[in-house]
Amino acid sequence: MSYNVSSVRKVFDIPGGVHPPESKEQSLQLPLGPVLLPQRVVLPLSQHIGAPAKAIVAVGEKVRTGQLIAEPQGLFSVGLHASISGTVSAIEDRPIPHTSGMNAECIVIESDGLDEWVALDECEDYTALERDALMAKIRTAGLAGMGGAGFPSAIKLNPRADDKIDTLIINGTECEPYITADDTLMREQADAVIQGTLLLAHLLGAPSTVLIGVEDNKPTAITALKKAAAAIEGECNIEIVDFPTKYPSGGEKQLIQILTGIEVGSGDVPASLGIVCHNVGTAVAAWEAVRYGRPLISRITTVVGEALDTQRNIEVRIGTLISEVLEQNGFNADEAARLIMGGPMMGFALQDAGVPIVKTSNCILAPSKQELPEPPPAQACIRCGMCAEACPASLLPQQLFWYSQSEDYDRLQAHNLMDCIECGACSFVCPSNIPLVQYYRASKGAIKQAAVDKQKSDRSRERFEFRQARLDKAEAEKEAKRQARKQAAAEAKKLAAEKKEQELLQPTIAPVAAVPIPAAVDPEAEKAKLERALSSAQNRLDKAHERLDDAEPERRDKMAARVKEAELKVLDAQKKLEQFNTADNNDPVAAAIARAKAKASLPPHAKLTSSIEALKKRMTIAADKLSSAKTEGAATVDALQAGLDKMQGKIAKLQQELIDLGPEPAVEATVKEDTTPDPAAAAIERAKAKAAASANMSPADKLHDQITSIEKRIAKTAEKVAVARAEGSSTADALQLGLDKMTAKLDKARADLGELAPQVQPESAQNVDSAPEPDAASAAIAKAKAKAAATANMLPEEKLRDQIRSMQTRIEKTTVKVTAARAEGSDITDALQLGLDKMTAKLEKAKSELAELSN
Amino acid sequence: MIDLIAQHPIYAALIALGTLSIVFGGILGFAAVKFKVEGDPIVEQLDNLLPQTQCGQCGYPGCKPYAEAIANGDAINKCPPGGQATINTIAALLDVEAPSLDAEHGAELDIPRVAVIREDECIGCTKCIQACPMDAILGAAKQMHTVIADECTGCDLCVEPCPTDCIDMVPLETTLSEWKWNLPEPSKNVAMNLIASDKHPHRAEHGESNKGEAA
Ligand code: SF4
Ligand code: SF4
Ligand code: SF4
Ligand code: SF4
Repeated sequence: MSYNVSSVRKVFDIPGGVHPPESKEQSLQLPLGPVLLPQRVVLPLSQHIGAPAKAIVAVGEKVRTGQLIAEPQGLFSVGLHASISGTVSAIEDRPIPHTSGMNAECIVIESDGLDEWVALDECEDYTALERDALMAKIRTAGLAGMGGAGFPSAIKLNPRADDKIDTLIINGTECEPYITADDTLMREQADAVIQGTLLLAHLLGAPSTVLIGVEDNKPTAITALKKAAAAIEGECNIEIVDFPTKYPSGGEKQLIQILTGIEVGSGDVPASLGIVCHNVGTAVAAWEAVRYGRPLISRITTVVGEALDTQRNIEVRIGTLISEVLEQNGFNADEAARLIMGGPMMGFALQDAGVPIVKTSNCILAPSKQELPEPPPAQACIRCGMCAEACPASLLPQQLFWYSQSEDYDRLQAHNLMDCIECGACSFVCPSNIPLVQYYRASKGAIKQAAVDKQKSDRSRERFEFRQARLDKAEAEKEAKRQARKQAAAEAKKLAAEKKEQELLQPTIAPVAAVPIPAAVDPEAEKAKLERALSSAQNRLDKAHERLDDAEPERRDKMAARVKEAELKVLDAQKKLEQFNTADNNDPVAAAIARAKAKASLPPHAKLTSSIEALKKRMTIAADKLSSAKTEGAATVDALQAGLDKMQGKIAKLQQELIDLGPEPAVEATVKEDTTPDPAAAAIERAKAKAAASANMSPADKLHDQITSIEKRIAKTAEKVAVARAEGSSTADALQLGLDKMTAKLDKARADLGELAPQVQPESAQNVDSAPEPDAASAAIAKAKAKAAATANMLPEEKLRDQIRSMQTRIEKTTVKVTAARAEGSDITDALQLGLDKMTAKLEKAKSELAELSN
Repeated sequence: MIDLIAQHPIYAALIALGTLSIVFGGILGFAAVKFKVEGDPIVEQLDNLLPQTQCGQCGYPGCKPYAEAIANGDAINKCPPGGQATINTIAALLDVEAPSLDAEHGAELDIPRVAVIREDECIGCTKCIQACPMDAILGAAKQMHTVIADECTGCDLCVEPCPTDCIDMVPLETTLSEWKWNLPEPSKNVAMNLIASDKHPHRAEHGESNKGEAA
């Protein structure tokens, strides 16, 4: 036995530290007591740092004590076991012991009162097992650090390969006032502590130094441990080290410094220095998991405070509700100042006693109002520097306090806020009662949040830029194709010209073999193609006619539809050919292409404007022609008139588009030239315009604006609904729903507007016509508003024309479809007919509106 | 030559200085070429501070263009998603006074939001996909669409184009892992940070009411 009871290890001191009243006697008067088996346990899926466990039982399932009910998700997670036998009654969000007072997912088990255990896998000699098997036992036992933070124990036992562990420290310090759970554990189960320590040492590859650190205010525990260690047979190099009591010597870094003199630097983990630190509770739980196969389902908790009749330590099943525990220990709710989980220095107030005991609950403190009065209100910092003297992490708490107040996160980080262990020593000594730790916790949270936000925004930037690049690439590809086509066309023309020349020069020589040029527009070939298409269409039409004549009466309808279709095709082909001929005759193709190209390269605005100009020019010419034809009484008057009308329509449409594009010039100046007509950009434009407009608007104006926009959207959607209906599309219902919703919104907006200012109503654009006009001034205002509304609405007349035109084409299309459907006896005929009727009605309405407007 | 220098130390000094300046000039010139900084670092820095929501509320088509605009002298208070925090950091970077958010561009939301598509009402029109600057919407023509909540920045741009009005902007709930402490309330109380002897003479009468508290 290498352990020497008389050996005294040199201990070191830590900077700072305080000596709060220990208040440990109250709970040590009675021995460790059991509590009744709870009727129900609530087991939060996340009792540790890391990913929550995943439930593997279903509601209604019977479970036994010690059964795994939630398995760890990934390495950085911990499993969960049933702490009683019974039935899973719920898996739902329940209040949990957390500073936020928030709810989290829990498994609720109703007891059957039997406490039947699953078969446990005992192991007499763990040294015979492989390390992996041992680790698996520990991992499945649901071990999370029992000191307070709940760090998954298995991870700490699995140091990185390049960290050679030479020191294992078992933390039996328990420096926080009131708490005596570890003290009790060491007194009552000293053997298990020593065995657990040996086990952990074995798992870590037998480090040369194994220390159990205990503060010298626990003489009984120290004696018990020493006795237990001395009783171990064989090799045992455990040293039990006691050292002067001082808060917070139980912090991991602090304890390491006390026992080894090594200071763990900022941002370092002890493992990188070859040191691993575990709590005594963890050592015992690991021992029980390996030796007896018992998962972590109960723990020792201190129940203390003057508001309780019995103050003691209890062995309690994880998941027992705190209210139940309190009740069994005679809790006087009237006397209690508040309920604290953990100690007075680092614990947090519970908002609700209906939360369960979890793996990290080492103390429930129910102090009376005299015992722990509410902290007096904070005063100004007097820069006394006492906090800096008390800080065990050698920080400058008052500096941190100032920077926290000004939310200066850079400086906070520069002053190592992240090294603060939130021990509360600074708040304890502060003569101004400033809740310093709360500032640090808030700032730490904000810094972490900022880091998360930064990550997210970086990813957003990446995605946005990637999307931009993708769109640009697509655009470039399109442009390249356009260029290629243009070039091919030019080449074809050149070739044709050359051919002609050659033909002229050598009329007798056979023409050179045609050079195949993909996508080349050879006018001749094109014309031939169109002509072919026309003749074949005509052929088909003739055939259809013949068949119609032969057909039996019942097939007549169908045939008639075919004929109609064929007729349409012929017309189409004729039109195309005509177009081609005119285009061909008017101007060389190249010139047209050049013009088109010039247009394409212009920004959308200029493009539209130039098209409008061109159309207007053409219109004047046409008008001239028309008037001369009229005077001459030529037969072409009608045709000319029709052409003129068409042009007018086109101009109106283009103008509309131009307006749609928005009040460009002002924007163009700020927006970069590359504003492609990309929907996102357009949406941004819209949002921008909206924001700009709404900023200097009165609420009534805003509502007006909203109403107009909703109306617009309703109109759009209504059209879509009609189309969908007509096509018998399945989306019609969804669209209709959207439409209804929008209508509801509109009604609401209207109602709001009505409420907002009854005196505004008469001025509202819709009511201008009918509204009484009280006096000249308001009439003028109303007129101005109406005008504004009119421009905002993009010239109702034009809009109507546009609508009528689109209606007409759609009606045409639908008619064809209806006939076809009818001929085929298709079942969507009715739907189509309905859509057609609706459209016709709409067309009529639009026409009459237009007539009214132009009057 | 040596004599001349020996007799007139001033020449020696001049020659030495001249040589030094030529040498250093050369080094500086070389460094300027060798370590030339690509891009406009201030724009990069500004872009790093902006929230990358890409919502266009600032009046620019995205955050980078706004960063460029700021670098060219535009106001720094036009980004509502970033809010006061972003304004403050930009002000710190540019070393200017931090203005408050320009209400003209919208208000800062206290809770971040994400878009959620009510999936049974989606008709698969792909309009929202085209509007989303984040590529955060998944779907194809005539198929149900859905938002990848992790990628959505809550920019709102997909809501308007939806013909069935089935996109909601839903406030993100704080989960347990995101929960954080708030600063203690009294930190907003300026009087708390004034010690009696700190008080400026002419502010004394305003401080009168706080005396009881401070005593
Ligand atoms: S709470 Fe932080 S700053 Fe205050 S004494 Fe403890 S470690 Fe130092
Ligand atoms: S102990 Fe309190 S009053 Fe003294 S310097 Fe620190 S924060 Fe200020
Ligand atoms: S308002 Fe802010 S988040 Fe939106 S695009 Fe502009 S800079 Fe980006
Ligand atoms: S899904 Fe909608 S709100 Fe979210 S980023 Fe895309 S467009 Fe913006």
